[in-house]
Amino acid sequence: MDWVGLILVPFIKGIVILLILLTGTAYLTLFERKLIARFQVRLGPNRAGPYGILQPLADAVKLFLKEEVIPGHVNKPVYLLAPMLAMIPALALFAVVPLGPDIELFGRRIPLHMGDINVGLLYIMAIASVGTYGVMLAGWASNNNYSLLGAMRTSAQMISYELPMGVFIASLLLITGTMSVVQIVENPRPLWAWIWLWLGFPFYFITVLAETNRAPFDLPETENELIAGYQTEYGGFKFAIFYISEYLHMLTSSAVVATLFFGGWRGPFAEQFPLLGIVYLALKTVFVLFLFVWVRASVPRVRYDQLMSFGWKYLLPLSLVYLAITAVLVVMLG
Amino acid sequence: MEWFFFALFGLAALVGSLGVVLSRNAVHSALFLLLNFAASALLFLLLGAQFLAMAQILVYAGAIVVLFIFVVMLIGNETMDDFVARERPALRLAALALVALFLAGGVYTVFFSPWGSAQGIADYGAVESVGRLLFTRYLLPFELASVILLAAMIGAIILAGRTKPPLGRPEE
Repeated sequence: MDWVGLILVPFIKGIVILLILLTGTAYLTLFERKLIARFQVRLGPNRAGPYGILQPLADAVKLFLKEEVIPGHVNKPVYLLAPMLAMIPALALFAVVPLGPDIELFGRRIPLHMGDINVGLLYIMAIASVGTYGVMLAGWASNNNYSLLGAMRTSAQMISYELPMGVFIASLLLITGTMSVVQIVENPRPLWAWIWLWLGFPFYFITVLAETNRAPFDLPETENELIAGYQTEYGGFKFAIFYISEYLHMLTSSAVVATLFFGGWRGPFAEQFPLLGIVYLALKTVFVLFLFVWVRASVPRVRYDQLMSFGWKYLLPLSLVYLAITAVLVVMLG
Repeated sequence: MEWFFFALFGLAALVGSLGVVLSRNAVHSALFLLLNFAASALLFLLLGAQFLAMAQILVYAGAIVVLFIFVVMLIGNETMDDFVARERPALRLAALALVALFLAGGVYTVFFSPWGSAQGIADYGAVESVGRLLFTRYLLPFELASVILLAAMIGAIILAGRTKPPLGRPEE
């Protein structure tokens, strides 16, 4: 049995990707705070190190050193399980994102992705659908009315926005004809397909915003009406895990969006120099992350009934129309 | 290697099912059900049925259990403690009869049905083959199921749509 190829290589790849993702997440918080500050004509964090680049480290140390408190009125096993269930889907989403073409290392051909599965798009949907649990269970286990309200809102919101998301992904499947994310990146796409995909991109991006609970859909944690919703009873490092999961989810979703809609690692000379592919993917991901922050800085939070009626009355019918037109286009032009 | 993973996931599925029945708290039961569904999805993966595994996660773990927990949270009072006090012997008999029925069904399937010699379709787990079967051999049941689901959806909308908007909500 090929132990090195089956176990050692994926293990090392997993560790490296994990480290990159967690470091990226830490610096994403700084990225967001700096950008939001600029949008609001402020300076943002600038005390820890030059330009504040040590701020994420300082935050991490602060959260690590806090006292671990478990409130007496919570349902303990579920209370402790919830942060983990929030983090796992956010991390697992990245497994299907290809980082670049195959590389040669120590005489061994190593593909730059965790898994090339032939149900990649379904995997993305499946992971998105289990992403609800962390927030939902945190709200329930906290045994607190505000937290429970936040949890209910989240589950309703995520279920509602998963539908249009799934329909948009089905349209993508119609265009590319494959479910494997690696092949979606590698197969060439005609010009009309790119233009049509980018027309649908704003709507898909709205569903991603709702899935990651980001502004203007950050209703689960509205601090002014629900005192931070599901996170209220969490402190110290358990709170940090929720915080990290949110940003991690944002990062991995952006990587997925960059892969599906902007060609992933592809770019000039990426075939010859695989490491360039990683750079291209990172740049595209940062671009999508910038969109996330831009939206947060510009758009006020929606009201709960607006959120529901927008999802069901506009976004879902629109996605179905998009799917129908895509099918016609594929038959006529493809 | 395959046996090891089969034992691992099978055990997880078993623990999950036992937990569903034995736990006294409805949310804990739902979580054990989640464990069971996840383990079954992994068993499907071991069989090479990737589409079924993903559908299992997407539909059962991602939608149905979420709905269970949602309902439990809405209704509240999720422990079984006061139910046990009112327990009746008839319920135990019914439970025993059901267990016996399922056991008989399981024993029959494992030992007497010809599943061991059945001819499998090549590549049966891929999305393409499932889709092809759904739109050729099983077209009628597939379309009928979608009509039934549509009827259920319209029914739910009619039932829920009759209530007046809650107080304090602005008119649209």
